[in-house]
Amino acid sequence: MRVITVPPSLDYRTFDQLVSALALRASPAEPRVLFDAHRVRWVDPVGMIGLLAAGTVVASETGHAPTLHLPADGNVVGYLGRMGFAEAARLVFEGELHLPGRSGGASDVLLEITTISENRDVHDVVDRVQERAGTILSRTLHYPPTAVVQFSVILSEVCQNVLEHAGAPGWVCGQTYTWEKRLGGKQVLIIGVGDVGMGFRASLAEEYAGHFLDRWGDATALEAAFLQGYTRFADQGRGHGIQQIRKQVRKWDGMIAVRSGTARIADVPAWEDLPPLADGIPDFPGAQITIILPAADPDEERARR
Amino acid sequence: MKRDGGPQLDAFAVDVRALLERSVASLYSHLVTRPTGRAVRMAIETQLEELKKPAISLVDLSAVAILDYSCADEVVAKLLIRAEEKGGLTYFVLRGVRAHHREPIEAVLERHQLAVVAETGPGRFELLGAGSGAERQLWGMVQDSGWVPSAEVDGLVDGLGGPQVLGTLVARRLLFRDPRHGDLHALSTFAVAGA
Repeated sequence: MRVITVPPSLDYRTFDQLVSALALRASPAEPRVLFDAHRVRWVDPVGMIGLLAAGTVVASETGHAPTLHLPADGNVVGYLGRMGFAEAARLVFEGELHLPGRSGGASDVLLEITTISENRDVHDVVDRVQERAGTILSRTLHYPPTAVVQFSVILSEVCQNVLEHAGAPGWVCGQTYTWEKRLGGKQVLIIGVGDVGMGFRASLAEEYAGHFLDRWGDATALEAAFLQGYTRFADQGRGHGIQQIRKQVRKWDGMIAVRSGTARIADVPAWEDLPPLADGIPDFPGAQITIILPAADPDEERARR
Repeated sequence: MKRDGGPQLDAFAVDVRALLERSVASLYSHLVTRPTGRAVRMAIETQLEELKKPAISLVDLSAVAILDYSCADEVVAKLLIRAEEKGGLTYFVLRGVRAHHREPIEAVLERHQLAVVAETGPGRFELLGAGSGAERQLWGMVQDSGWVPSAEVDGLVDGLGGPQVLGTLVARRLLFRDPRHGDLHALSTFAVAGA
């Protein structure tokens, strides 16, 4: 059995390590794969969705559902349970997953892991965050009361990105965290969206590969979609969503990064040190979107109102 | 201002939320996603087909809590584009446009170089979307008057870009010019009459 060691901190900054481990362990002669998450002590929405995506890729390549060795840390296991990881993971990994399910009562989770496979799922996500996002955005992130509308629109547009461009189901989830070491203990809201579909390069290839000739690749495709609003649809109204998401995320001094294939492109605020464009990173199918929204300064926000 | 014997536009109110509940699914309480927008637009178009032309369609957004860009593109921009393709005999006024609707509506209108008359507050109408300064100014003058009799039209447009600007506003169906008398009407007057 091949063993893929999951990084102890599995988040938007370390997902590439997991992807590297997948590539290093690729061996058709050994179709059984174990994801060893025993030492995981921290996981964020991007990490959770990344793990589901990695498991899906392995299952697709080997024809066998992989096994997941859960973290030893009880807090992490409990957290995975609250985020709805168990429900999604049972569709990806084989064997018994001893994870608590979502509790039926009130939850402090902004958005549990939700599968996006049809239009109705997007409506479901928007409906659900209405109930919880208002309080989190205003009390925790000190955003104005109207932010819940803009936040809902962001979620709707990123989820539709999965439906319209991936050609495969995806996942979305979101939660707030206190970044003790970074941003001086500020609260941040992290949204992860991911799929293992065709990715941006394949989505745009028919329309634009000929135009870019030998420059065509994952990075060029991401630049075309992210910076220029290119889309495979001839309709002039398409390709608009991601531009509007970027605009709103910038207003909130947030970060948005889109990873697809061997490249990642990002709008990077001053507090983040990711490069705006990374090319030649480990190959992974589909697209993975990270949005991070830091808390506003409550005094500044009050003054703005 | 609305006078007796004015132009006969078949005015009807389209409550988008009611349409959404009836035509898409009663579960959807927000105007999000392109397929939802497409279904709402098609429901409006179906209703419009039954109307005698010229007609005015009042699209009421007052009960819509969330409107995303994809849905705005279908419900607003594509509705205008397709009405133009079908002969341009239908006029549109958006009602109940609140602050959080404006950004997606204006973004999609700008992208397609379109404009629409919108009620953005009680009795307050604005031109949303793309348009030159002269077009906005002339539109504002007619909007403030409500109705400009034919005899006064030339005098009104003289200082405001002339007949070309007026022709553009009429062709874009942002003002209604009575084909019988040549009077100019702000669409808001029909919107109020059809309320």
